[in-house]
Amino acid sequence: MGKPSDLVQGTLDLLILKTLLPEQMHGWAIAKRIQQLSGEVLQVQQGSLYPALHRLEQQGWIKAKWAESETGRQAKFYSLTAAGRAQLEKETANWNRLSAAINLVVSEA
Amino acid sequence: MRWFEQLRMRILMLFRRRRASARLDDELSFHVERQIAENIAAGMNAEEARYSALRTFGNPTLLREQSRASWGWNGFESLMRDLRYSARTLRRTPTFSLMAILVIALCIGAATSLFTILRSVLLKPLPFRDPSQLIMVYEHFRGDWANQDSFNYNVVSPADYYDWRAQTHGFQDMAAWRWWQFNLTGERDELPEVVPAAAGTWNFFPLLGVQPAFGRTFTESEDHPGSNVVMLTWSVFERRFAGDPSIVGRQIHLDGKPCTVVGVLPKDFAYPDATVQVWVPYQAVASPEELRHHDWHGSHVIARLLRTVSLASAVSQVEAVQYREHMQNLNAPVAEDVAPRAITDDLAKDVKKPLILLMCAVACMLFIGCLNVANLLVARGAARQKEVAIRGALGAQRLTLVREQLTESLLICFVGGAGGVLLSLAATRWLAHAWKDLPSAQDIHVDGVVLVFACALVFAAALLAGLLPAISSTGKAAFAALQASSRTTGGSLSRTTLRKTLLTIEIGVTVMLLISAGLLLKSFVRLRSTDVGCSTDNVLTMSFSLPKGKYDKPEKVNAFNQSLLERLRALPGVRAVALGSTLPGNSWGGDDVFTIPEHPPIKPGAELPDALNRLADPGYFTALGIPLLQGRFFTMQDRDDHANKVIISYQLARQYFPGENPIGRHLVVSAKDKEGFEIVGVVGDTLWQVGQPTKAIMYFPLFSGNFENNFGFSLAVRTVSDPLAMSVPVQKQIAELDPQLPVSDVLTFAQVIGDSLATRVSARRSSWHSRRSLCCLPPLGFTESCLIW
Repeated sequence: MGKPSDLVQGTLDLLILKTLLPEQMHGWAIAKRIQQLSGEVLQVQQGSLYPALHRLEQQGWIKAKWAESETGRQAKFYSLTAAGRAQLEKETANWNRLSAAINLVVSEA
Repeated sequence: MRWFEQLRMRILMLFRRRRASARLDDELSFHVERQIAENIAAGMNAEEARYSALRTFGNPTLLREQSRASWGWNGFESLMRDLRYSARTLRRTPTFSLMAILVIALCIGAATSLFTILRSVLLKPLPFRDPSQLIMVYEHFRGDWANQDSFNYNVVSPADYYDWRAQTHGFQDMAAWRWWQFNLTGERDELPEVVPAAAGTWNFFPLLGVQPAFGRTFTESEDHPGSNVVMLTWSVFERRFAGDPSIVGRQIHLDGKPCTVVGVLPKDFAYPDATVQVWVPYQAVASPEELRHHDWHGSHVIARLLRTVSLASAVSQVEAVQYREHMQNLNAPVAEDVAPRAITDDLAKDVKKPLILLMCAVACMLFIGCLNVANLLVARGAARQKEVAIRGALGAQRLTLVREQLTESLLICFVGGAGGVLLSLAATRWLAHAWKDLPSAQDIHVDGVVLVFACALVFAAALLAGLLPAISSTGKAAFAALQASSRTTGGSLSRTTLRKTLLTIEIGVTVMLLISAGLLLKSFVRLRSTDVGCSTDNVLTMSFSLPKGKYDKPEKVNAFNQSLLERLRALPGVRAVALGSTLPGNSWGGDDVFTIPEHPPIKPGAELPDALNRLADPGYFTALGIPLLQGRFFTMQDRDDHANKVIISYQLARQYFPGENPIGRHLVVSAKDKEGFEIVGVVGDTLWQVGQPTKAIMYFPLFSGNFENNFGFSLAVRTVSDPLAMSVPVQKQIAELDPQLPVSDVLTFAQVIGDSLATRVSARRSSWHSRRSLCCLPPLGFTESCLIW
């Protein structure tokens, strides 16, 4: 039995990009949002989240800025760039194709 | 635009690394704080909430490392860290570091300097069109002479050259040039000056593909005896004519004759070497009669290959023509064969071998240097055994440890290499200046290619010196140091073996190098102590060349020489004066073949006897201390019509008059006199150049009035005390006789001999004049520095 948080790397990138689509968010909020949207199934480990965020930032798909958080403390907020939006579309399409294919195979059995 | 953004991020990450690190910590702690806050909200107490949050968070160091890994520059970061560590360790052992850096600096410096010279001399292409297609063609004697270096590539006679050019079709074209020398005087009383010159056929510059910087090159119609056009090289154009292009079309005076400047050669043109100041047409310096000679050797022939004809077949055509010349001139020294060589090899002359030998020696030295540093590093590795073992046990990868040690040797080699390059900048300048025989001497300088070579050397040296010690000190055996029992730090067996091996190789190479250095030194010492055959103490020498135009009759030359000798002998401080064409040990001068009428005639085709020719005044032998073995010296009566006398050297007597008395016999020198010269004396042998075997010499009376082309004279003044102190009074005497006459090569005899030592490797140039540094004698006011130089 695999752990639900055992996300494939590519998938985590997709989830982060998707989560950031409506608004900018800090790391903590991103993790919480993914957990919440997935009905508490997907728990993003910090050990994967922060390296992934820094990688996406280096790739130029998201950008970061420091701003005051809801608690009044400075936090690093991430938001999508134009390139990131395009990447999100690409990865979403990819995911749809892949999951549909897997579904076909699995439901056949 | 994403690549731009990415680039920006990378650069940001390179320069704001510390700040980004702090921010990352901040970001992560924010996350933990939120987790704690959530835990408290869920009903935990403060401490429990914190522990739980940290538990979920995992290993913060690892997380930080992973995030940093996504920033890039990790390799760079670890390199910087390695460099920092290395610098720190090197600083801790300053003696070791200084020694290692010094060793590497010396080795890299020497290697770089030599490479610079090697490159300029052997590798750099000449500034000509298609230089690889250019071939020098020389005459080549088949007889016993062929074994002598200088006769393998014998300079060509004009008639041979013209026949080759007219009768063969294997080459695109052939051009010829020869050394010359002029007294250059200005239109308005400018200082007279002896300038090295060259005379080239009209097709010489077109054949090389050289375009003049100003004006034009010679035309075919200008290439005739008595032609009065001249081309300037860039150096004399800049130096003497202030780089003013309007000189083209104006006149300058060469040996007192007005000549029209038709063009200026480009700056990068330094062929055959950088000393040449002016070019004249080939035939301008020859008489029509001389141009018909097959044995008037003195020209260099350059040919350009046709793309469609192989070198071998082109040369064989020339060979056929030359063999015909030989058969038609059996009683003259006309070679049977021709010998080609590439123009670059020709320029490199005989310095190629010593250069490559030196390069090998320096490579050996560099190798020894690296082994030395390697050995020092291995020795130091023993002291750091424990440190390496502990770090290895804590999980440092072997590669990391090896890399760190390599960085150390890289740092040593880099600092040493930087020092070495600085060293070589100075050394190259010195070497290029001191090694007078190097061709294209002005071209030698350190450039980009040389720097790349130096960098490659540094890396090679670092690898060589660092890799072995690094691998040996991080091997499995290294961890034995951690075992409680092994308290000695003497090092493992394998390390001892390694050090022994390194030392053995090092000593082996060193001994080899020492032996070859010793051999070199021995032959040098032998050369130093060579007896030139005359006394060289307290002798001042100088040369001058009487311009043909002004001294057009033998009487005028004789009158000048005679009054000069009288004036100088009367000078206080002067013990004796010798005046001749060439001084012993100074140069080849010239040679002639001869026959002995008293002996049975030589079979046609057999080798003719050959000896160096010299002019000597009656006091020549006494002043130079050359002993008289038989007969008498010249007297003042041996002149004009009574000048058909000759004095021979002991070598000539032994070689051609074995077991008989040469006095009263005759020498018939084809080029000089049909009746022959009576042998009146035999004198001791002198060397024509230190380090070369003695050659037979014949001395002719100075006042014979028969000079051929030899208007260059060498003067030797034996003085009571310091000879150089006499140079000004002696030059004043010359200036009083002819204020327009420049003198050159003001040196002591010891310097002349030393000079021929320094240029021992030189290929002989068959020129009538010695061509070297110029020193002009202004009619008024001398400057000390000019005279000494």
